[in-house]
Amino acid sequence: MENQLLSIITFLPLVAAVILALFMRGDDPAARQGAKWLALFTTTATFVISLFILFRFDASNTGFQFVEERTWILGLTYKMGVDGISILFVMLTTFLMPITIWSCWGVETRVKEYMIAFLVLETLMLGVFCALDLVLFYLFFEAGLIPMFLIIGIWGGKDRIYAAFKFFLYTFLGSVLMLVAMIAMYLDAGTTDIVQLLAHEFGSETFSVLGFQVVGGLQTMLFLAFFASFAVKMPMWPVHTWLPDAHVQAPTAGSVVLAAILLKMGGYGFLRFSLPMFPVGSDVMAPLVLWMSAIAIVYTSLVALAQTDMKKLIAYSSVAHMGYVTMGIFAANQQGIDGAIFQMLSHGFISGALFLCVGVIYDRMHTREIDAYGGLVNRMPAYALVFMFFTMANVGLPGTSGFVGEFLTLMGIFQVNTWVAAVAATGVILSAGYALWLYRRVVFGDLIKEALKSITDMDRREKAIFAPLIAMTLILGVYPSLVTDIIGPSVSALVTDYQAALPADDAAVALNEGHSE
Amino acid sequence: MTSADFQTLLPEIVLAGYAMAALMAAVYTTKDKLAATLVWATAGLFVALALYIGGTGEGERTVFNGLFTDDPFARFAKVTILLSAAAVLVMSQDYMTRRDLLRFEYPLLVTLSVVGMMVMVSSADLITLYMGLELQSLALYVIASIRRDSAKSSEAGLKYFVLGALSSGLLLYGASLVYGYAGTTQFAGILSTVQDGVPLGLLFGLVFMLAGLAFKVSAAPFHMWTPDVYEGSPTPVTAFFATAPKVAAMALIARLVQDAFGGIPGQWGQVLAALAVASMFLGAVAAIGQRDIKRLMAYSSIAHMGYALIGLCVGTAYGVQATMIYMAIYVTMNVGSFAFILSMERDGRPVSDIAGLNQFAKKEPLKALAMLVLLFSLAGVPPMVGFFGKFYVLKAAVDAGWVWLAVAGAVASVIGAFYYLRLVYFMYFGAEQEPVDSRMAPVQWGMLVAVAAIMVLGIVNLFGIEAPAALAAEALVR
Repeated sequence: MENQLLSIITFLPLVAAVILALFMRGDDPAARQGAKWLALFTTTATFVISLFILFRFDASNTGFQFVEERTWILGLTYKMGVDGISILFVMLTTFLMPITIWSCWGVETRVKEYMIAFLVLETLMLGVFCALDLVLFYLFFEAGLIPMFLIIGIWGGKDRIYAAFKFFLYTFLGSVLMLVAMIAMYLDAGTTDIVQLLAHEFGSETFSVLGFQVVGGLQTMLFLAFFASFAVKMPMWPVHTWLPDAHVQAPTAGSVVLAAILLKMGGYGFLRFSLPMFPVGSDVMAPLVLWMSAIAIVYTSLVALAQTDMKKLIAYSSVAHMGYVTMGIFAANQQGIDGAIFQMLSHGFISGALFLCVGVIYDRMHTREIDAYGGLVNRMPAYALVFMFFTMANVGLPGTSGFVGEFLTLMGIFQVNTWVAAVAATGVILSAGYALWLYRRVVFGDLIKEALKSITDMDRREKAIFAPLIAMTLILGVYPSLVTDIIGPSVSALVTDYQAALPADDAAVALNEGHSE
Repeated sequence: MTSADFQTLLPEIVLAGYAMAALMAAVYTTKDKLAATLVWATAGLFVALALYIGGTGEGERTVFNGLFTDDPFARFAKVTILLSAAAVLVMSQDYMTRRDLLRFEYPLLVTLSVVGMMVMVSSADLITLYMGLELQSLALYVIASIRRDSAKSSEAGLKYFVLGALSSGLLLYGASLVYGYAGTTQFAGILSTVQDGVPLGLLFGLVFMLAGLAFKVSAAPFHMWTPDVYEGSPTPVTAFFATAPKVAAMALIARLVQDAFGGIPGQWGQVLAALAVASMFLGAVAAIGQRDIKRLMAYSSIAHMGYALIGLCVGTAYGVQATMIYMAIYVTMNVGSFAFILSMERDGRPVSDIAGLNQFAKKEPLKALAMLVLLFSLAGVPPMVGFFGKFYVLKAAVDAGWVWLAVAGAVASVIGAFYYLRLVYFMYFGAEQEPVDSRMAPVQWGMLVAVAAIMVLGIVNLFGIEAPAALAAEALVR
């Protein structure tokens, strides 16, 4: 029973979605309300069961736990399990989904389909974090595109079609290259079992392709194929351009899920595949990735300053924050990776909350233009407070979880590459710039816009939605060990294995010498 | 000739005899009034024979002095052909009756072409191959122009006939070259000849034969007839073209290259790979601009044939297995898609304009959902079964060292995803306008929903299709 817990939480939302699709008829208000309640109930139940998993999770064990294995088609296995790295992503997903569902209580168009889409999406996201078979992972990873495509395309804003197609094709292209790499991995290792693949050493002898010397050999090629997928998903500069479009057009709940959970799949992929399976390849490509991250942080922060659309601004801020994550991951030391995971979790709460903040005023005014607002504090004091809190958390104020992640990743990278650290650190200042400026323009000043004179403050439901997010941001901010105790042992094992794989290889050593020049 | 010979040929004999008897019965009694009954009887016979072949046939027999072979590969292909033909027949009955198209010849011509296909996949000799192919093709030419009063349908039939005859000519020319240089028409004899070196003339013959067969599977650059014929023929006929004949021709290619030229994969691998790449990219790119759903399905099938060819060109047993599974999945998806396309109509007249699907999801949520599943499956997006078909062939390619082919297939699938998504876009996010009506007979509705369910539930174990496919591939590739 215990070994099936992961399957249970993964497929529970899917079961609810099927029930909704097959047995709930009609489009009267009662039916809509029923669909919402069923979705809320299911996601909450999933969260409760996942809490049980968290309590039974043994953090000192760096292996996979709650493992379930069955044979499947094509000589593949259906294998699920979590370790210190993935368990908190599972928790993040199950924690945020009820909040997301609750936040779309006001949706009135095609409610049943909306709920189905989110429930299916939850199944697929949990599957990604739990899958321990390469192809199973790919299955969940890719299938997540379908509900998100529909969420953006059906319930999105004015240019939703363009955004939906861009989102789908961008991420699909990245992923199919990963699929080819997966097949190559299978042929090299003879298995698609992630646990065995982690133990397998992929070839790293330099070879030449079409006259190019590929340092790190097979590992570098595989790394690049996976990188194509994860970098788009993250998203990293310069393949981030789908994200602002998708965010702006997606409905509020879609944005929350996209920013808070879907983006984390890229980071999780780096930690699960790229770093441990292709250490030499990662080491070869790390300088490039680090500089891409640094550029992402500074460039997208500057771009964020110029935005006139609130959601777009937060989307660019997300790209910048994801820059810290990739930077921390490829610093490849304990602080860096701890920080990267922490940053991903904290960004999940903070960016989710910020999109909800935008959603609150969008529901009232139906515009996201910054210029349409101003002086909201006069009529919406509670809203101003909540928005202020998350703005500060986004900036990385000490005491909020945003600070811990940024600090740890910067500390990690400083030991590896001082220049990247220096450039990235300017991002902290820039983020304060765009976030505070946004806050000033929307909330402070005199309330002069005619349309805003009758705006109402948050109602009880809206306040209740923010409460758990505020709590998590604060708790993680003042007591980060809550997270690092769980991820620590697994990360430390990952780092040890990673470092151990490097010096044994001449090519990598030669290249490291090349770096220091 | 012994009774064992005839016993092996029993399904074909039964079908041919049935076709003759039914023809006589219909001509001398009520003619077209009997048509609906005949459709159902034929479909029933197909299913019964599929069960017979799948259930009782075992082992491997070559009969009639090496003309005809019955092995697991032939049986796998035959079951696929029979079941898909039965599905298409029962789907088309309501459509054709309402449009006054249903003549009693229709099910009988389908039967005859199915007999041809069964002979094709069982052939062990160039003569059998050609006989089966021609029987199949002649029946298909007539079916294409079954709507006698429509210029488009006649045009489709004529075009199909002229180009089909040309391809048959190419094939025949190639076969005669092969015969001339190998000194025998039997596959086994050709195989032993080529193992001691390949004469240049025989190579020419091989290429001509492959070109002729590429016509039949509509692989680029021999695909030109496909969109016009798909568009011009009545939709049930298009549905038939898109399913059973494709399986038969693909199986025939597999049989020819493995049974007759199995010793020299280096000679035909590159040819098939070029066909595969050209088909995948042409199918993906050319479909983008289509406004007619039947033309779009034509390009879609061209692209799908490209993927199926990947499995063949690598020349391994695993590749053949991948191709057979791909074809089985492909026909299933097409049966479902055409069940939907058949139902598209406005004021009782069939339409195939893609823009007519605007906002279809609002009007018919369940049908739209089923179609959505099918489209994502056709695009090869996991977790639908269509993804496993693609995964299978790509794996076979990488397995055999054809990595560039796998990468090409992967890239083409992204381009191809666009036009399937565009259909989803019309159905779910399209402009506000009155969508087409969708009138479905219960059987069509059943097919659509069942296929959609198969596409989702198939991820559990592909309905056990792997084992017979593996058996089939092992029988073919030794």
